[in-house]
Amino acid sequence: MYVAVKGGEAAIEAAHTLLAARRRGPRDLPGMTLAQIVAQMAYAVDRAMAEGSLYDTELAALAIKQTGGEMIEAIFLLRAYRTTLPRFGVSRPIETGKMRLDRRISATFKDLPGGQRLGPTFDYTHRLLDFALAAEGEVPTPVRADRDAEPIPRVSDLLKGEGLVEPDGAATPHEPRDITREPLTYPLTRAERLQALARGDEGFLLGLGYSTQRGFGRNHPFAGEIRIGAVEVELDVPELGFAVALGEITVSECQMLNQFTGGGLTDDVPPQFTRGYGLVFGRQERKAMAMALLDKALRADEFGEARQAPAQDEEFVISHSDNIQASGFVEHLKLPHYVDFQAELDLVRRLRTEWEARQVKDAAE
Amino acid sequence: MAEGSQYNFAYLDEQTKRMIRRALLKAVAIPGYQVPFASREMPMPYGWGTGGVQVTAAILTPDDTLKVIDQGADDTTNAVSIRAFFARTAGVATTTHTEAATVIQTRHRIPEAPLTDGQILVYQVPIPEPLRFLEPRETETRTMHALSEYGLMHVKLYEDIARHGEITTTYAYPVRVAERYVMDPSPIPKFDNPKMDNMAALQLFGAGREQRIYAIPPHTPVKSLDFEDHPFTVQAFAGKVCALCGATDTFLDEVVMDDKGGRMFTCSDTHHCEQRQQAAERAA
Repeated sequence: MYVAVKGGEAAIEAAHTLLAARRRGPRDLPGMTLAQIVAQMAYAVDRAMAEGSLYDTELAALAIKQTGGEMIEAIFLLRAYRTTLPRFGVSRPIETGKMRLDRRISATFKDLPGGQRLGPTFDYTHRLLDFALAAEGEVPTPVRADRDAEPIPRVSDLLKGEGLVEPDGAATPHEPRDITREPLTYPLTRAERLQALARGDEGFLLGLGYSTQRGFGRNHPFAGEIRIGAVEVELDVPELGFAVALGEITVSECQMLNQFTGGGLTDDVPPQFTRGYGLVFGRQERKAMAMALLDKALRADEFGEARQAPAQDEEFVISHSDNIQASGFVEHLKLPHYVDFQAELDLVRRLRTEWEARQVKDAAE
Repeated sequence: MAEGSQYNFAYLDEQTKRMIRRALLKAVAIPGYQVPFASREMPMPYGWGTGGVQVTAAILTPDDTLKVIDQGADDTTNAVSIRAFFARTAGVATTTHTEAATVIQTRHRIPEAPLTDGQILVYQVPIPEPLRFLEPRETETRTMHALSEYGLMHVKLYEDIARHGEITTTYAYPVRVAERYVMDPSPIPKFDNPKMDNMAALQLFGAGREQRIYAIPPHTPVKSLDFEDHPFTVQAFAGKVCALCGATDTFLDEVVMDDKGGRMFTCSDTHHCEQRQQAAERAA
C-alpha cells in the first residue's frame, strides 16, 4: 500500500549498486587509476585534502574516484575516515619562511628579495578552450629554476624591521585547541577560527571574502604575499629530545596587509598595517586569499571596528562554513518529515475551517 | 563489524565514547541543559541522525537489543540504514518490538506503548536550541538559559494566541524540564509531549551537527509551555481511525490514495499498529 514512501533494505542496496555502476561508466572505457588522479586532477585532490582536513594524496584520489568527482561527497569520505584516526601528537608550527617555493608573488612591492616568481599559475592564461588537448596534444617541457640556496624571507618579515606591520606575536605557549576534538564554543580564539576557515567550504569563503571588498565590512586589503610550496612537518619526540621530520606538505599561504590602525591621538600603538592570514593545504591560493580576507574581517573586535557585515560575524561565518555540516542538513530535507507535516496539515486545515466560518459570518452580518 | 575489521565496537573509538559518556553523565545530572560535546564526523551525513548515532554508539553494550524508528516506523529508509549500521558495526541484536528493545533510537516520534524502567530512548536532534529561531546567536541564548530568561519564548507563544487564537506550534513544542531549563523535545509532534513527562525510561538527545547532548533522567517532570487560560493541548484526530488497526488514540499518518481527494489514515507507529492487528486476528 504505502511501500512507495517506506523503502526497504533491498531498495537501498539496489540504489547503491546503481550508483556504483554510474560512477564506473561504460565498462569498455579503462577505469582511472589513483596515480592518474593524483597526477592529473591535482587541484581536485588538493581541495579534497584541505576541506577533508587530511593530507594524503592517495586517499584523496580514492575518495574522488569513489564519488565520481562529487567533491563534497569526496571530502565527506576523507572527514569520516580522518575522525577514526588516533591523534598521536602535535607538530611544531610549520615554518613557511623556509618554504621550498613553487610560486611567490607580492602585490605590494615591485621587486623584493627573492623576487617575484609566478610558478605554475592560471593567472594570465587566456581562458580559451584548448582543442589540441582534446586530441591529447603533448605539452612543452618547462624550464625550471634551480633550487634556492637560501630560504626566501616572507614579506611580513621584510617589513618587520620598520615596525610598519602588525607583528606575528609570540606563538601560543600551549597547544591550540583542536576543533575536531573539542566542541566549538563561541566566542572563538583566532587559532580556532583559522582552523575552521582552513577546512571551510571554498565557495562560501570566496563569496564572503568578496563581500568584504564590496563594502559589507570595509577591509581594503593588499595582497602582501602569496607563496606556495613545500614545507617540512616536524614532531618533537620527548624520548629523543629533538624534532623528527615527518615529511613534506605543500601549502598555499596568503598574507593580506590591511588598512592601518593606531597612531591616533588616543592610541597607544603607532600607526601600522594590520594583517589577515590564510593557509590552506595544497595549491589553493584563491581559498587562501579568501581566508585571509575573512580572518581580518573577523578580527573586528581586536581593532575596535564595528561589527556590521555578515563577514565580520563570527557565529554567522564559522557556523555555516563547513560544507559537510551544511550539505548534511540541507539534504536531510529529503528524509521523510510526514509526521511533522501531518501535524502542520492538521493545524492549517483547522485554522482554514475557522477562517472560512468567520468569512461566512462576516458576510452574513 | 566483520572479523578483522579496522573499526571498534559500534564504530567509535573508546576515547571518543568516553568523551561522549562524560557529556551524557553531565546531561543527566543537569536535566534539559545542553552539554557541548566534540561531535565526530560519522559515516552518514549531518542532519541524518549523527547525534543520535553517536549517543547510541557510546551507550551500546554487546547485550543490548536495538530498535530504530523514523517517523514512528521501523521500515523507513533512514531507520533501516541506521539499524543496519549498528547490526554491522556492533553486532547487536535488533528488533522492531518496542517492549523487547533496551535502546530505541528515534527520529520525530515517541513510541505509542509506554516505555519502562531500564529502557533508553535516544532522540536525533536537528536544532537543540529551543530559542534559536528567536535569537540566532549562541552567545546570547547561553546567557538566556543561564538566567532562566525565557520571556522571549512566552512572548512568541502569546503572539500566536493573539494572531490565531491558539498556539500554532505543532511539533518541536518547547518544554520545561524539572522546572528549570526550557528544552527542545526534537521535532516530535506535540502529540508526543505528554509521554516525556515522568517517563520511566531514560531519554537522551544527541545533536551531531550542533555538537550538543542533553537528557531527561527517568521520572522527571516535563511540562509543555502554556498559559493558564490557554492550556497545552495535543492534536486530536477527530473522527479519524487507523485504516489498518482501527486505533483512534494514536498519531495518524495521512496517505494520499488518488488525485481526487481520497485519503486514508494509518498509525505512524508501525509496530504498535501491527501488534493491534495481530491481537485483532487472534481475537477473531
